[in-house]
Amino acid sequence: MRRDVQKNLLLHGGVLVALFALQFVLPAYHHGNVARIMVLATYAMGYNLLFGYVDLLSLGHAVFFAAGLYGMGIAVSHLGVSAPLGLMIGVLAGGVVGAIIGALALRTEGVAFMIVTLMFAQAGYLIILYFGEITRGDEGFVIQQVDRLFFGGDLSDPFIRYYAAFTVFCISFLSILALLHSPFGKTLIAIRENQERAVMLGYNVMRFKLLAVIFSAALSALAGATYGLLFGYVGASFASVQYSIFPLLWVLLGGAGTALGPLVGVFFMFYLIDISSGMTTAYMLVAGVVLVGLTLFAPQGLMGEIRRRFWRWLP
Amino acid sequence: MSVLVAKGLIRQFNGLRAVDNVTLEIPEQQVRALIGPNGAGKTTLVGLLSGRLACSNGRIDFLGRDITKVPPHKRIAMGMAYTFQITSIFPSLSVHENVAIAARRLCRNEKDTRAVVADALKRVSLAHVANTDAADLSYGHQRLLEIAMGLSQSPRLLILDEPTQGLAEGEVAEFIKLIHDIRQNTTVLLIEHNMDVVMQVADVVTVLNHGQVLFEGTPADVQANIEVQTAYLGGAHVKA
Repeated sequence: MRRDVQKNLLLHGGVLVALFALQFVLPAYHHGNVARIMVLATYAMGYNLLFGYVDLLSLGHAVFFAAGLYGMGIAVSHLGVSAPLGLMIGVLAGGVVGAIIGALALRTEGVAFMIVTLMFAQAGYLIILYFGEITRGDEGFVIQQVDRLFFGGDLSDPFIRYYAAFTVFCISFLSILALLHSPFGKTLIAIRENQERAVMLGYNVMRFKLLAVIFSAALSALAGATYGLLFGYVGASFASVQYSIFPLLWVLLGGAGTALGPLVGVFFMFYLIDISSGMTTAYMLVAGVVLVGLTLFAPQGLMGEIRRRFWRWLP
Repeated sequence: MSVLVAKGLIRQFNGLRAVDNVTLEIPEQQVRALIGPNGAGKTTLVGLLSGRLACSNGRIDFLGRDITKVPPHKRIAMGMAYTFQITSIFPSLSVHENVAIAARRLCRNEKDTRAVVADALKRVSLAHVANTDAADLSYGHQRLLEIAMGLSQSPRLLILDEPTQGLAEGEVAEFIKLIHDIRQNTTVLLIEHNMDVVMQVADVVTVLNHGQVLFEGTPADVQANIEVQTAYLGGAHVKA
């Protein structure tokens, strides 16, 4: 047991150190990519909390990402609040939207849950388009450089941006690890493993699931708000169904229910498309074939497969 | 005081009355056995008592409180524990973690939890496999693990649904010893097919047939009652 804990510390600490160190060796193009990947991986971790650890498959997480993005964006651009406060408003917006959608969607299960979350996300997307005067609809709006100052640091500067992305990723990653080791996290896993039993051990399963949705939504919103601040753009495409499917793909590829899976999944997918689009215009075909292959030969995702074959101790 | 009082319980499944006007009262510290032929409504009845199924009619009081409309998780939190007829554990988690999930709800911190878990595992003699995955346990040990999960919550009423089903003879003997240990401070409602076990551990036996209480009495009374024997054991087994 103790040795497993050491291995975990070593592996996850090593990953964080490697991410930190990468910025000194990467060329500018990849430097920007990795910053983006870390923010998207935060989004994927939020998704994984619900999908991987509670076994709730949502098809509407874009609405949470967008809640963070627009919560921050509107606060910073229209209401003139500072970037740190805007970030908090974004997270809060995601949590509130998560609480409302969770309370309603959790009345359903399985396929119905997927459809209900998908519908809510579409409703969110249409709301953004409807209030085009504020949101600028499809076009979106740019967050001015003056609004992107975070305690004096200019988030449009690539190095500060990398640090910011790294910090957000670290905080989210360590929070997830801590959560999994807390009684709350262990109860979530118990619910995933055998919900009926968890009920008959006296747990209010609905309450736990709702809290999980709220955490998941808040983390997704954190990623959304951070994305807007770091890359300076807020647009309706981030609320579209595509951005609900992405986290599902990332997590499936990386390994649902593993702590590192989301990061691995985003990295893999990002560079798969990046590299294959450099070689051929039919890059989506390459991506598709690889995805099919992975689902066939590593149905538990990359980290899930590694856990199954080599490292049983992976969280 | 009675731990559990059920009055006029009815559960209707479309045309079938699985439980038909059952009244039941279990005083504190009693071991009550519930027996009856297959399809008599035993599991449905404990489903109503534990809240897994809703009553079509009737009223249930637990520790003096009306719990007829209380959801199952709250009944458990009030001091019921329930073990499933079909083993229901967390297979991919360790034996220790299985019991810890049950215990944690009532413990202040992980240290307390570990102590409670260790104690519960010791009582069912599973301490030596604490770090094994629950899925790797033998069937008999999985049944014991279920009981340990119940015990770790220090319930006021422990409902055991066919705990000896599928156990080897030696394991059944161990189980009987365990019930004698549990009864010191816990009321037990036991659904049981094995008449030897019932005769050895039950204070009072309730016999269900076609969803109704056919007979209630001590194990000796049950054995002597010809009607019960006809219903439960079949005519051929009736001894003079």
